[in-house]
Amino acid sequence: MNRFDYVRPATIAEAVAAAAAPGAAYLAGGTNLLDLMKGGIARPGRLVDISRLPGLAAIETLDDGGMRIGTLARNADLAHHPVFAKTFPAVAEALLSGASPQLRNAATVGGNLLQRTRCAYFYDTASACNKRDPGAGCAARGGDTRLAAVLGWSDHCIATHPSDLCVPLVAFDAVVEIVGSAGQRDVPLENFHRLPGDMPQHETELAPGELIVAIRLPAAATAFAAHQRYLKIRERTSYAFAVASATAALHIADGKIVAARLALGGVALKPWRARAAEAILHGAAPDRALFRRAAEAALAEATASGDNDYKIELARRIVTRALALAAAGTPAHPPALPASPFSPVSGAPHV
Amino acid sequence: MSLSLSLDLNGMTREIVLDDPRVTLLDLLRERLDLTGTKKGCDRGQCGACTVLVNGRRVNSCLALAASCDGAKILTIEGLADGDRLHPLQAAFIAHDGFQCGFCTPGQIMSALGLLQEGRAGDDPERVREGMSGNLCRCGAYDGITEAILDVLRKEAAHKQAA
Repeated sequence: MNRFDYVRPATIAEAVAAAAAPGAAYLAGGTNLLDLMKGGIARPGRLVDISRLPGLAAIETLDDGGMRIGTLARNADLAHHPVFAKTFPAVAEALLSGASPQLRNAATVGGNLLQRTRCAYFYDTASACNKRDPGAGCAARGGDTRLAAVLGWSDHCIATHPSDLCVPLVAFDAVVEIVGSAGQRDVPLENFHRLPGDMPQHETELAPGELIVAIRLPAAATAFAAHQRYLKIRERTSYAFAVASATAALHIADGKIVAARLALGGVALKPWRARAAEAILHGAAPDRALFRRAAEAALAEATASGDNDYKIELARRIVTRALALAAAGTPAHPPALPASPFSPVSGAPHV
Repeated sequence: MSLSLSLDLNGMTREIVLDDPRVTLLDLLRERLDLTGTKKGCDRGQCGACTVLVNGRRVNSCLALAASCDGAKILTIEGLADGDRLHPLQAAFIAHDGFQCGFCTPGQIMSALGLLQEGRAGDDPERVREGMSGNLCRCGAYDGITEAILDVLRKEAAHKQAA
């Protein structure tokens, strides 16, 4: 780990001022940043510890019925918040399907948005990576590509965004509240992460020194509570990143889908909102054939970035299943294995 | 640059001066305070061997800067037994063969303590396994670990019912 300056500001204004120094990074839960620093991938000259800034961990219902989540809310606290988990059960399920209980106790919501890709070539400082070292090339091209992107990738980068949380958040039109030296601004989460293009080193809309202070979910997104799931296929049933995942949320009335939300994870360098698929679902009666058509629309633009054609069909099936499970209804109790497409009988031997 | 911090460590107040902010909570415990019960496995948040409770919550001590923990209440495996009297989880791990080589055991037990205190596993083996997925055991003692935790969960539930 490189040497760094450690500062612990007392207010947001002090934090933003301290982070204006070139090479500064904010430290909250540290679960991704310290790992990257240990590997020599991140080398901040200064850590601005915001983990105990007051007032940034609140989870609250807004006057209009929407919800606001402070950037320092821990993943576990958000997933188990009684009002939040009832209003946005797919967000809770996504959170509980990610990482381990220890990491969820430390990791923060703001940090989740800013976590870096888990592409093995990004992590291996001996490999060429345009994200780490702009212009160096992409060792993932022609390498081990089974987990690489199938949507929105470029010749410069085929990595994926690893977040589970961001997938339902983008489906529900979350807005990111940002504070910087120039004041406060809002950015829709859908526009927050950038596709790689020819500048994969530019990952988000955050300017240097800007700080995420909260995530807002609009009141309109609360209409889906009765019919929503997050489903995630991974290489082991727990404590693994998604190979492909999907959030499906339906508002069903009189046997018709009044409104639908669909987003995918593990397929692109950003959480992927599938609006064309949503349009197919609107106004239709929920059934398996419709869900398959929506899944095909969601992946219509998908192309393999290497030996990962399988991910396209896998993602279609995860979308189809997520829609079917959402139509069946949000489970009364959180599943024992959150987001798992496999549903073992509770208490059965684990295989 | 030196940083001073104060910890409530296993019930004792410790005043610590750090000469380097890079020290993790794990390295502070093992290398500077001689509390070597907490193990360094992967040092990257993947194995759970370094699990301790910080302010009552289980975390990976390898991914926490010691400086960030200023003022925190820390419980490590060394603070669990009451003199020679083992904590019920420690006794259950022995009774159910919840380990072989023992390297991951302090992390397993501290994680299990966190799981118990969270109170969401009921006595469902699937929820116990899911709740312990952050702790790897290279010897594969998972069956015994699950049984040990279920044993304590069931005894606690029976105790509550009797009371």
